[in-house]
Amino acid sequence: MILAPEPDLGTPAVPGDPTLSVTVDGQPVHVAPGTSVLRAAGLAGVPIPRLCATDSLAAFGSCRLCLVEIDGVKGTPASCTTPCVDGMSVATRTPQVDALRRGVMELYLSDHPQDCPGCARGSCEVQRLAAEVGVAEVRYGLGGASHVDDAGDQTNPYFAYDPAACIVCSRCVRACGEVQGTFALTVAGRGFDSRITPGGTNFLSSECVSCGACVQACPTSALEEKAVIELGMPTRAVVTTCAYCGVGCSFRAEVQGEGADTQVVRMVPWKEGRANEGHSCVKGRFAFGYAAHPDRQRHPMVRDRIDEPWRRVSWDEAIARVAAGFRDIQARHGVGAIGGISSSRCTNEDVYVVQKMVRAAFGNNNIDTCARVCHSPTGYGLNQAFGTSAGTQDFESADHADVFLVIGANPTDAHPVFGSRLKRRVRAGAQLIVADPRRIDLVRSAHVEAAYHLPVRPGTNVAFVNALAHVVVTEGLIDRAFLAARCENVEPYLQFIAGPEHSPEATEQITGIPASDVRAAARLYAAGPASAIYYGLGVTEHSQGSTMVMGMANLAMLCGMLGRPGVGVNPLRGQNNVQGSCDMGSFPHELPGYRHVSIPEVRHLYEDLWGVTLQAEPGLRIPNMFDSAISGSFRGLFVQGEDIAQSDPNTQHVHAALEAMELVVVQDLFLNETARFAHVFLPGTTFLEKDGTFTNAERRLGRVRPVFPSVVGKDEWQVACEIATAMGYPMSYAHPREIMAEIAATTPTFAGVSLDRLDAQGSMQWPVRDDSSMGTPIMHVDEFVRGRGKLTETVYVPTTERTTRRFPLILTTGRILSQYNVGAQTRRTPNSTWHPADVLEIHASDAEVRGVHSGDVVELTSRVGSTTLRAVISERMPPGVVYTTFHHPVTGANVVTTDNSDWATNCPEYKVTAVQVTVATALEHTRGVEARAAAVVAP
Amino acid sequence: MTGTRDERVREIVTRYAAHRGPLLPALHAVQEDLGWIDRDDAAVIADVLNLSKADVHGVVTFYADFRDAAATRHTVSVCRGEACQAVGGQELYERSVSRFATIDDVTVTEVFCLGNCALGPSAQLDGRLHGRLSDDRVSALTQGWS
Repeated sequence: MILAPEPDLGTPAVPGDPTLSVTVDGQPVHVAPGTSVLRAAGLAGVPIPRLCATDSLAAFGSCRLCLVEIDGVKGTPASCTTPCVDGMSVATRTPQVDALRRGVMELYLSDHPQDCPGCARGSCEVQRLAAEVGVAEVRYGLGGASHVDDAGDQTNPYFAYDPAACIVCSRCVRACGEVQGTFALTVAGRGFDSRITPGGTNFLSSECVSCGACVQACPTSALEEKAVIELGMPTRAVVTTCAYCGVGCSFRAEVQGEGADTQVVRMVPWKEGRANEGHSCVKGRFAFGYAAHPDRQRHPMVRDRIDEPWRRVSWDEAIARVAAGFRDIQARHGVGAIGGISSSRCTNEDVYVVQKMVRAAFGNNNIDTCARVCHSPTGYGLNQAFGTSAGTQDFESADHADVFLVIGANPTDAHPVFGSRLKRRVRAGAQLIVADPRRIDLVRSAHVEAAYHLPVRPGTNVAFVNALAHVVVTEGLIDRAFLAARCENVEPYLQFIAGPEHSPEATEQITGIPASDVRAAARLYAAGPASAIYYGLGVTEHSQGSTMVMGMANLAMLCGMLGRPGVGVNPLRGQNNVQGSCDMGSFPHELPGYRHVSIPEVRHLYEDLWGVTLQAEPGLRIPNMFDSAISGSFRGLFVQGEDIAQSDPNTQHVHAALEAMELVVVQDLFLNETARFAHVFLPGTTFLEKDGTFTNAERRLGRVRPVFPSVVGKDEWQVACEIATAMGYPMSYAHPREIMAEIAATTPTFAGVSLDRLDAQGSMQWPVRDDSSMGTPIMHVDEFVRGRGKLTETVYVPTTERTTRRFPLILTTGRILSQYNVGAQTRRTPNSTWHPADVLEIHASDAEVRGVHSGDVVELTSRVGSTTLRAVISERMPPGVVYTTFHHPVTGANVVTTDNSDWATNCPEYKVTAVQVTVATALEHTRGVEARAAAVVAP
Repeated sequence: MTGTRDERVREIVTRYAAHRGPLLPALHAVQEDLGWIDRDDAAVIADVLNLSKADVHGVVTFYADFRDAAATRHTVSVCRGEACQAVGGQELYERSVSRFATIDDVTVTEVFCLGNCALGPSAQLDGRLHGRLSDDRVSALTQGWS
C-alpha cells in the first residue's frame, strides 16, 4: 500500500476573494486573482501533469508538462505560469497537448533509469507520469548520452542524492532558496550537462543545513530520505506536533507497522500546520531516532543509595516506593519537605496532572518548572505590562512586519523554521535590527543583511533598551494617541526615560554600542509602520531579565506597535511546551491560567473540584528547593523530563543539593545526569507515544498524537496519577481528553478547548474563551488584557557579575542548529555529525594574548568552577566575550555559571559569567577531553 | 598587486559590491586580473557580495568562458552555429582539434555563433574574429604557434 501524499495544487495559494470564474475541461471553478491555471485546474478536480511545479514554490515553467490550450489564446502556454482571467476556458487534454506532453515525457524517460528504484517504490513520479500521459515507447532509444551512471552523494546522514534519477527541475534549488533561505543548492553547468550540486562539493561539506526542504520538494528519488531507501515506503501517517523547540511544527509521522511494531520511517512537515506551513529543520525532520535508541530506559528502577547499582522493579513497586518515601519524609519533616518539577517537554495534560499531584497529593505548592531557567521573566514581564504571560502575535504576523528588532535570539539556529520565515520577509524588503553580542547568521548571511547589528555587552540589555526608548521619546517619535487611549503611568515614565542618563551617548560606555547606531535603530523601529520585537534567552537569562522584558514592552507601547498584524513583543520559546507548562499552573505561585494562589476564588474553584484544601502561600522555586535541600528542610523531589544536574546553573551547588536529599525521583527517557543522584528512576515516554497537546510560542495548542503505544507501559500522566493515588489522594483519568476537559472547565482562557475540537477543527491559539471561538492569533487588539498597558520605569542595575583582573572575559551561552539543549535527544542521533562536541568561541585578539589557537584545549574558569573544552577563534565574537553551548555533559558549561538570577523570577543569569581562558597545559587535560569526546561520539 | 589570492579576490570583488547585479562583472574582473576563477574563490566572492557559495558556483559553471585554470597561450574558438555548420563549420572544428592536439599551449573550443553568419565558417583565434576560414588559412594564421 502506498501512502497518499498531501494534496499538491502546483502553485502557491493567492490571498484574496475568489472573484474569477474559470472553466477547466468544462468544470467551473472560482479563484482569486493571480491564481495560476494549474492551481485552478487542481481546484476544479482536473489535475494537470507537471514535474517542476509544487505549491510550496513560485511557478518556474521549466518542465513543459503542464501545457494547456486556452480558448482565444495562441499556442499551448504552461499552466503554472499563466494566471487565470475571468471567463477563461481551459482544455487540459487536447490531441495537441497530449502529443506535446508525450514528446516531452519521452525526453525525460530517455535520461531516466529504466529500473529506477524510486519509481518502483512509488517515491519517484517519472514513470508514473509517463504512464499517465501515455508514453508507450521512447523513440530516441535509451543508448544515448545519459546521467544514469552518475555518482551519488551519501554524505548527509539522513538523505541521499542520486543524480541518476534527477531531472534537474530545480525544485530542490528553489526550495533551498525560497523556503529555507539558505541557497546551498545550485544548478551547475548548462544544457545537458546541468547537474544539481550543493555548490560543487558534497552535501556534508556544503552550506546545507539539512532542513529537508529539498527532499520534500523533489519529485523524483534523486533526493530521498535514507530511511525510505532502507525501509521502503511508509504505510500509515499520524499528524502530530514536533517536540523540539517552541515553534511547534506540525509533522506527519509516516510509519510502517501497527502498535508496538510501529517503525517510524520519516517525519514529513505538514503543509496545513499553521506554525510551519510545510517547512522543517534538521531536528524535527530527521532527529527522532532517539526514541528507539538503546540508551532509552524502559523499566522502573530503584536503589537505596546513589552509589548502589540500579535494581529493576515493577511499576507497582516503584510507585509504592515513591509514595511511601514521600509520605515518610513529610511525616518527619513536614508537608513542605517535598516537591516536584514539571517538564516543558511534556504535554499540557502531563504537566497539569503533575502540578495537581503536588498541590492535591503532596499538599503544598512546591511545584516549579524548567521554564524557571528560561522564560520565567517573559511570563512576569509581559504579565506586568499587558496582563498576559505570553507573546502577542502569531508567527504569520511576521509576514506583515516592516521592521524586525531581534534581541538576544538566534532564530536560524534555535528556531530554524521561524528563522526561515523571518529571512523570507527580510528578503522581501523588511528591515532588520539585530541586538546580540555575537555576529549571528541573521546579521549577515546569503541574501540577508541586518540594517544594524548592535553588539550589546552581556548584562547591559536594560541600559540598551532604555536608550532606544529615550531616543523615541526625546525625538518625538512616540505614538501619543496610542499612549493616551491605551496605556497608563505614561507621564511618569516619559519623564523618567527622558532623563539624560538614558541617552545613547550616556549609555554607550555601558552597552558598548555606538550612540549613532542606537539612534538610527530607534528611528527605524519607531518609523515602522509595522515593527515587531522578537527575543530569546539573551533577554531573559539575566539578573534584570524581567526588567528587560518590561523595557521592550515599554518600547512597543511608546511606538504603538501592538494589537495589529506585523507588530508585537514576541518571545521565541525554547522548548516545545514551555508556554504550555507555564499556562498549566506549574509555578509555585500560580494555579493554571496564571492565577495567583493567594486569590481565594481561584483556590476555591480547585478546592471544590479536587476536594482538598490548597495552600494560599506560594511554594518553593527550583533554586529555593536546592538551597532548602542543602539546609536540610527540603528532602524529597520528583523531577520529570529536566536534567537539572546538567542544565541548571552552578553545577556544584545543584549536585550538593541533590546529594543532600533522601529521595530523588527522576522520570526521563534516559539515565541523565540528574539520575546519577536519584533513588527511583521512572521511564518516560517520547512525543511519539504521547497523546495530548503542546502549546507553542504563539500560544497555539497543537495536537500531539500517539504514533505507537508507550514503550514503557504507562503514560506519564498515568504515573503521576498513580503516585498521587498511592499517597492516599485518588486521582485517575480515562484519557487525556478528560484532563483537557478539566483544564477547560477551570481555566477561562482555555474554556473552548477540547481535544475533540482540536481534532475536528485544527490548532487554536489561546485565549479560546468558548466553544465557538477559534482562538486569538493576535492579542491586545482593542484593549490590553489588563485593561491599560502599563509603562514601567525600568531602572538599569548592573549585574554584580563583573569582569575583574582574574576573570577578564564574559562568557555567554547559546544553542546551535543541530543540537538541542542538554542534547539528551540530539546527541543520540546522527545530528552529532555536525556538532560532536561543545567548543569555546573566542575573538582573535583575546586568543592571541592568551596564546590560544583554534583547536587548542583550553581551561575555562569562573568564580565557581572550571571546565575544559576546545577553542575556536571566531569572527562572530566581539573582543572580551566568549561563547559556548551546553549540549554535551562532558563540557559541563554550567560548572562555571553562577548563582546570580533575575530579581523577580530567579531565572539564572546564564548569559553573563566572568571567566578566564587559559591554554590547558597539563597533558592529562587534553587526554581527558579527547577520551570524553570519543566516549560521546561512540554511541 | 600583492597579498594572498584571497585578499586580491576580495579587493577586486569589493569594487563591484555596490553595483546592481555585481556578480558577473566581478567574475570577469577576477578572471581578467588573476587569469582564472579558482574553485576556492567562490567563498570569498560569496562573502563580499553576500551570496551563497552555491550561487557563485552555479554562475561560474554556467558560462563556458569562465575558466578554473590559467589560460593556454593561444585559443581557437570555432563557431558551431547553424550557419557555419552549413558551410563546413564541423570540419573546421574537427581539423582544428586534431591540428592542435599535440600542442600543449593551445585550447580549441566550440562556441555557438559569433554573429558572423554571412562569412562562415568563423572562428576566433586568440580572441580575434576571422571569417571564411579554411584549414589552410588557420594554418597560415597560426604560424609560429608551437
